[in-house]
Amino acid sequence: MSTTFKISLALFAALLAVPFVPGLIYPVFVMKVLCYGLFACAFNLLLGFTGLVSFAHAAFLGSAGYVTGALMIRFGAHPLGMPAAFAAGIAASALVGLAIGGLAIRRRGIYFAMITLALSQIVYFLAVQFRWTGGEDGLQGIPRGSLFGLDLTSDTTMYYVTLGLFAAGFLFIDRVVHSPFGQILQAVRDNEARATSLGYDTDRFKLIAFVLSAAVAGYAGSLKALVFQLVSLNDVSLHTSTEVVLMTLLGGVGTIFGPLVGAALVVGLQNYLATIGDLVTVVIGLIFIVCVSFFRRGFVGEFLHLRRRRADRTIRRRPLRPDPETTPAAEPA
Amino acid sequence: MDITLQAFMAQLTIGLIGGCFYAMLSMGLAIIFGLLNIINFTHGAQFMMAAFLAWIGLTQIGPWLGYPDFQINFWVALVIAPLIVGAFGMVIERALLRRLYHLDHLYGLLLTFGVALVMEGGFRYVFGVSGQGYEPPEILQGPVDLGFMLLPKYRIFVVVASLLICLGTWYLFERTKLGAYLRAGTENPRLLQAFGINVPVMITLTYGFGVALAGIAGVLAAPIMQVTPLMGGNLLNIVFAVVVIGGLGSILGSMMTGLALGLIEGLTKVVYPEASTVVVFVIMALALLVRPAGLFGREV
Repeated sequence: MSTTFKISLALFAALLAVPFVPGLIYPVFVMKVLCYGLFACAFNLLLGFTGLVSFAHAAFLGSAGYVTGALMIRFGAHPLGMPAAFAAGIAASALVGLAIGGLAIRRRGIYFAMITLALSQIVYFLAVQFRWTGGEDGLQGIPRGSLFGLDLTSDTTMYYVTLGLFAAGFLFIDRVVHSPFGQILQAVRDNEARATSLGYDTDRFKLIAFVLSAAVAGYAGSLKALVFQLVSLNDVSLHTSTEVVLMTLLGGVGTIFGPLVGAALVVGLQNYLATIGDLVTVVIGLIFIVCVSFFRRGFVGEFLHLRRRRADRTIRRRPLRPDPETTPAAEPA
Repeated sequence: MDITLQAFMAQLTIGLIGGCFYAMLSMGLAIIFGLLNIINFTHGAQFMMAAFLAWIGLTQIGPWLGYPDFQINFWVALVIAPLIVGAFGMVIERALLRRLYHLDHLYGLLLTFGVALVMEGGFRYVFGVSGQGYEPPEILQGPVDLGFMLLPKYRIFVVVASLLICLGTWYLFERTKLGAYLRAGTENPRLLQAFGINVPVMITLTYGFGVALAGIAGVLAAPIMQVTPLMGGNLLNIVFAVVVIGGLGSILGSMMTGLALGLIEGLTKVVYPEASTVVVFVIMALALLVRPAGLFGREV
């Protein structure tokens, strides 16, 4: 059993127990963390494993949420309404991802980030203009419907469904990262010219990664729309796009569990700091600055780095050359 | 469709003024990108900060100091506010950005983004989100009769002033010895340093200059736009699209693209007002389809 698998199992078991200890931790809070955690994992697939920065991920989260929400309001009573609306939401976000990604991969680096940001603004404006998205009000009172006869109205039922859907999404990302396809993505990230010289059509791989990431972000968005029965303009705003960057950065870019840790921290922080209003932006900005300046590996990344260093030290009890990384500098005489 | 000449010209002028701001801001971004290789996400917040400084100088500082009649007028603010914002930018460059040059560009982008969040959040906390009005100076109040329409004097001043600033900056970069150093630094900073130029200081000053340009734009914008903590961020999104279309490679290119897109936006307001907020983004998408490397393309 790999360590990742062990940690996943332990985490899953702990999450299963959450509704039994409502005094300790709110299931609704955990559902929020799970939705944002999956969202951050989707983002990390792009940033951490493909090396692309997107400022458009709110557009995917939001468009899926709007489509799922609007369909549920109309067809939520139908027995197959929830799975169909859910799938439609994912399809919508994948299509938006195809459009935005298809344009953005025409440019590299900083331009890529700016293009995603600009295009996500179109999605925002559309969400304001369309009638079916509810404009400034968003969609409220979205029915949760039922999943194969299982009524989702109660928070506890919804919690277990959310947990199951989250686990499926998380495993999917893990599979993608560790598949041969995922290895090619990492090769593109590390050295695009080299990947091209090996015969890979890097633009195609980047686009597929972008659409996958958008689809999983949409999956999280559809789930979130059902859990909170609410989709608002905030879901498609630049604000949400930056939050997901922060979650990923804080937890650890390019790690499997990092985005989950980051999402838990940021969501927890927002709950905790809800009383200070506008200062939340300042705090989030400061965390950004500190993370980028001093803490680029994030929590999980830093932990893995320390463990690797310790392992290295055990193997090389008596290093032939002093390793500048691990050996403290000699005291000046 | 029946459009009067007056309405048409009015929208075109508004578009031209918008274009002037796009031009000044995208030029600053291009200058900073040339030497520092980062996209300055703080640009919008610095623009906003200068507008706020001007507003504070005119309406707040007197009461704060206990002399209600004391105020810093527009002309003084037009000089001082960009200097303060530029100096503030140089402090950020020295203290924070400098540490990231050896890393992926992504980190510089995220850092400037974090600084922008802190600034916008801070101003929002102190001053709220509602817009503050700013009176243009007396000499520029009132309209001018152009024969076919009445145009506020201040708007004419903004167009003339920003065109002068743009051309001045272009001259500085393309026609002076200092500009030659800067362009050499863009091309190969290490070689330039080997010739005895203090490149780190040059980088700091360049960042300060680019930021100060945003500051000038901010003060000029104070009487036209509402002074709010959000004014910069909203504008910057559009300026990013402008920069993608025009490319960051050329100062003249970014200036021309900015003006042209402002005019197009103005025209869209006449023809199809609903689309005017997204037209720049749509043009960006089209430009990417037709000419992926940008109109003045030099892929970076």
